[in-house]
Amino acid sequence: MSAAFDPTAPLTASGNLRRRRVVNRLAEGSANAAALLAVAVLGIVIASVAMRGAPALSLDFLTRTPPQFGGPGGGIAPAIVGTAIIVLLATAISVPIGVLVAIYLTELAGPRVVAAVRLALDLLNGLPSIVIGLFAFGLLVIGHGQSGFAGAVALSVIMVPLVARAAQEMLLLVPGTLRDAADALGVSRWRTIVGVVLPSALGGIVTGTVLAVARAAGETAPLFFTTSIFDNHVHWSPFGQALSNIPVMIFTLSEQADPYGYQRAWGAGLVLLTFILVANAVARSLAARSRAKMGVQ
Amino acid sequence: MTINGSELWEDERAPEVAAPRMRIRTSADILATQTERPRELPRQTVFDARDVSVSYGEKTAIAGVTLQIQRNVVTAIIGPSGCGKSTFLRSLNRMNDSVPGFRLGGQVLYHGHDLYGPGVDRVEVRRRIGMVFQKPNPFPKSIYDNVAWAPRNLGMRHELDERVERALRGAALWDEVKDRLKASALGLSGGQQQRLCIARATAIEPDVLLLDEPASALDPIATAAIEELMHTLKRRYTIVIVTHNMQQAARVADRTAFFSLEERGAERVGALIEEDATQTIFGRPRDSRTRDYVSGRFG
Repeated sequence: MSAAFDPTAPLTASGNLRRRRVVNRLAEGSANAAALLAVAVLGIVIASVAMRGAPALSLDFLTRTPPQFGGPGGGIAPAIVGTAIIVLLATAISVPIGVLVAIYLTELAGPRVVAAVRLALDLLNGLPSIVIGLFAFGLLVIGHGQSGFAGAVALSVIMVPLVARAAQEMLLLVPGTLRDAADALGVSRWRTIVGVVLPSALGGIVTGTVLAVARAAGETAPLFFTTSIFDNHVHWSPFGQALSNIPVMIFTLSEQADPYGYQRAWGAGLVLLTFILVANAVARSLAARSRAKMGVQ
Repeated sequence: MTINGSELWEDERAPEVAAPRMRIRTSADILATQTERPRELPRQTVFDARDVSVSYGEKTAIAGVTLQIQRNVVTAIIGPSGCGKSTFLRSLNRMNDSVPGFRLGGQVLYHGHDLYGPGVDRVEVRRRIGMVFQKPNPFPKSIYDNVAWAPRNLGMRHELDERVERALRGAALWDEVKDRLKASALGLSGGQQQRLCIARATAIEPDVLLLDEPASALDPIATAAIEELMHTLKRRYTIVIVTHNMQQAARVADRTAFFSLEERGAERVGALIEEDATQTIFGRPRDSRTRDYVSGRFG
């Protein structure tokens, strides 16, 4: 047999090609459907939170304290302020540490140490957040009581590996020729890092930080142990008492038999979701800008 | 005087003596700067490399290099790819130190001090021995800050503006950038960026400038500007330039060192073949390998 087909036959499907075409369509179709599903889930979550949370939203909702004994009216100002303070404090703790770790990894450490530290960062990143909460509880809450500070420490444990890995990736993108240039000018290593390497990677480090903030702002488990028994007033100091915060408040409200509380929980969920989506969008545009800047190099 | 038949060189005496009589230079400016150089300047050895060998891990890059480099003279290092030109240059200001597995044998004396001796601070070495790289590598900062950054960090804040202007004028860049000092250095052309890098290196007034193929990434016009610049720079600085462009070496250098690969056992190792006045290297080299290389027979 020289040819398995008749070369002069019309070019329509023949043999097992029909079956193969069906299989091909099925495979393509399921891949498309899976991709659509992933987007749809996000869309449905956003839509349902927006639909149920939007009626609660008002200026009062953002600026007033909740009613003392449940019921209608009031707002979630203590939780917004509390989350802002806790996350800011966690950022203030984790960004210097994360950036220094990244500097150590890219500029100072030998290759073997780098592999070990990177593994440690990845493991830290994968730790269950409830365990991190337990850790902060044992370290700071037992004997001292809950505080916003303890919550911030717990969140910073989550943020450090995120910031460190993001900063490390960006520092690796800084061309070695810039370090050479600075080295050849008789400037000390640290000045080189602070004066040339860090500014070149600044955009990416900010991006990584914003993403870490967005992640930490939504964490609930670590805050249960550290800052969950709070009152209904706005507090500005992270020390001495637990700070109200959005994630824990949503959970607490959902546990109570108060329909107005459910309403507020949805509203708070929408506020949190909006913050996180906006932060992600900002981070993405910053990342694009800093990549463009590096691309010129 | 012997007429050796070379079109390029009329006189085979030392370059500083021959310079005023040379006719075959591309521009009158170059000729002028050559004649200006004070002849009574005493010969002073800046670098004294004694039996220098460099290896990276198991691989030996150069071996047995013995070479003296004189003050206020342009010394060119030429040779085929991979013969250790850049390695040798970078061991003159300890830029190789950060390469993993780097080891140096022999001695490099800088004004009599062992560059690799105990107590020598690399940062101080580079403060005195500046370097310009193959690819222009300005910082992603403004033109002004590129030049001002190192002086600021070294505590030379007094009359910083004047210092920046002097460095930019010295690098023949001032007129092109004086109206946009605050603009990003990344917006400059390749040739301008390389002159900015030279200004950056000279802003801290080093003793020596090492140039590692400074024009190989540039077009011919920018290259000509850099070469012309070197003739003015050598009045203030000792210059060592690595180039794989022989015409460039012939145009800018007073002395030329030819490196090539030598068989040493199973390895091919970079070695200094010959060092002499530039017109001797290009006109009547002693070594047949040099002759083959400069006449384009290999490499």
